[in-house]
Amino acid sequence: MNRWLWIILIALGLVAPYVLYPVFVMKLLCFALFACAFNLLLGYTGLLSFGHAAFFGAAAYAAGHSIKVWGFPTELGILTGTLVACLLGVVFGKLAIRRQGIYFAMVTLALAQIVYFVALKSSFTGGEDGLQGVPRGRLLGFIDLNDSLNMYYFVLAIFLFGFWLIARIVDSPFGQVLKAIRENEPRALSLGYDVSRFKLIAFVLSATLSGLAGATKAVVFQFASLTDVNWATSGEVVLMTLVGGVGTITGPMVGAFTVVSLHSRLSWMGSWVTVIVGITFIVCVLVFRRGIVGELQELLRRLRGRPTRARPAAAAQPQATKREA
Amino acid sequence: MDISFKAILIQGMLGLNNGAFYAMLSLGLAVIFGLLNIVNFAHGAFYMLGAFAALIGLTQLGGWIGMPDLQINFWWALLLAPLFVGLLGVLVDRTMLKRLAGLDHLYGLLLTFGIALVLQGLFTNYYNTAGTPYPGKPEMLDGVVNLGFMFFPKYRLFALVFSLLVCLLTWYLIERTKLGAILRAGTENPDLVQALGINVPLLITLTYGFGVGLAALAGVLAAPIYSVSPLMGAELIIVVFAVVVIGGMGSIMGAIVTGLGLGMIEGITKVVYPPASSTVVFIIMAIVLLVRPAGLFGRE
Repeated sequence: MNRWLWIILIALGLVAPYVLYPVFVMKLLCFALFACAFNLLLGYTGLLSFGHAAFFGAAAYAAGHSIKVWGFPTELGILTGTLVACLLGVVFGKLAIRRQGIYFAMVTLALAQIVYFVALKSSFTGGEDGLQGVPRGRLLGFIDLNDSLNMYYFVLAIFLFGFWLIARIVDSPFGQVLKAIRENEPRALSLGYDVSRFKLIAFVLSATLSGLAGATKAVVFQFASLTDVNWATSGEVVLMTLVGGVGTITGPMVGAFTVVSLHSRLSWMGSWVTVIVGITFIVCVLVFRRGIVGELQELLRRLRGRPTRARPAAAAQPQATKREA
Repeated sequence: MDISFKAILIQGMLGLNNGAFYAMLSLGLAVIFGLLNIVNFAHGAFYMLGAFAALIGLTQLGGWIGMPDLQINFWWALLLAPLFVGLLGVLVDRTMLKRLAGLDHLYGLLLTFGIALVLQGLFTNYYNTAGTPYPGKPEMLDGVVNLGFMFFPKYRLFALVFSLLVCLLTWYLIERTKLGAILRAGTENPDLVQALGINVPLLITLTYGFGVGLAALAGVLAAPIYSVSPLMGAELIIVVFAVVVIGGMGSIMGAIVTGLGLGMIEGITKVVYPPASSTVVFIIMAIVLLVRPAGLFGRE
């Protein structure tokens, strides 16, 4: 991974709260981590999950509940949330990888809906009101997280850790196998790789890191709500990844920044935002499949005079075309 | 347990109503998937559009076009709303879906998800998300009928019988007619069918129109039962996805049977264990995945 990228990233992260509103930047970081975790599955394994809000939201509820009701210290609460997402990831993953292709998306969406209804009906989640008033507490017992700068640097540290882990996974031999599965599953299978196991591990890792993002979000905003587990949030994280660039390491981060900023800029437009989000989806799929970072990489490649990649990563699988009319 | 057999029977029958809608929607999804290789996320939105077409046709359309006396009644809506939505589907296919040919499945899902969001967002702007009741239920369908073991609302019985007929007709069309044979051949090998002189792109477009028209028809039938709301399709489509996973998209009759069965089970759950009624379909899906990963009627 490029060293300069890290330097720029850390420098930007350190300066950001002095330029922008810290809570806003924290929101950006949480969703950026969520999108990067999601991309580990879609971009590098080629699996489209439409239920990732389940992990994000369940972790947010678990972290909020353990901190608020059981009195867990903040860092332990976030760990609890992450662990819950991990366990949920194991269960969902085991079920979902039993079906291939497009069924995978439908299965994950339906399973996530169970989590949504549990959150809606249970008493500990606060139902429609959500779980409110989660105390931020003190980090390691002495750093007051109610101070927004302290909180910010804690979130930045979590984000950088998560992002480092994802970059590390992608570059590892394990990550290479994932990419092989994405490009050509039968070939990976015939080379002797236990494809199902690799898929499951990728799914659980992605779920766990999404949980880390959700748990952190619950502490930052001091609440967890039904929005966190809703299918619309699952759609949102797909959009972030798509806008930024599926299968690029920094794409989801750029996408998350774009989508979150779009939401905060357009919040006065009410439900027209849904229409705009929908149009963004349509435009991205029809003419902008590489995403922002993907297009930039393509441009760089072209400027250097190297051969272009024919198709974006996620569309690499060849298949019979039904209309070339 | 103090749950009477009769209560179970009543809820089971009421659940069948829902089941028939599941069947109609999953039928459309299966036909579209067979030929277009696209899982149509916008299916729920087109169902919602069908219900709104009926509502607007009755209460607002006349005012919009300067003919305040014009009211499109329920029977006309049953014919016109699916036609209108079907035409819209043709338009969507020709302008957008067509351009996805040869790409991975997931782009179709994402594109239609975008379409669903646009439609849903548009209606949320102008109509209450809590729902508007449809005032045009035909008078002859008011009241109840005595089925011997229970009293059943006339309209619900009509909707049930009507949607079952539509399902069976679709099954007949696809499994027993020449057109259906071409359609099935197109699913297996489009290039070969094209080589035999059949206009496959046209066939694909019409299939999409037919599929979403079916969804709209379900929407019109649902309008007098449930209130018409911009979110009615979004909630339904996720359940229908689960139905499709359970049944598998391979068989038309399988889709019908699965839809009806799950609707009934969902209804019965409302009596036996109410808290689980909204999740029971998803739980059954999880069990089916464990026991029979390819789905009840699936072939993978």
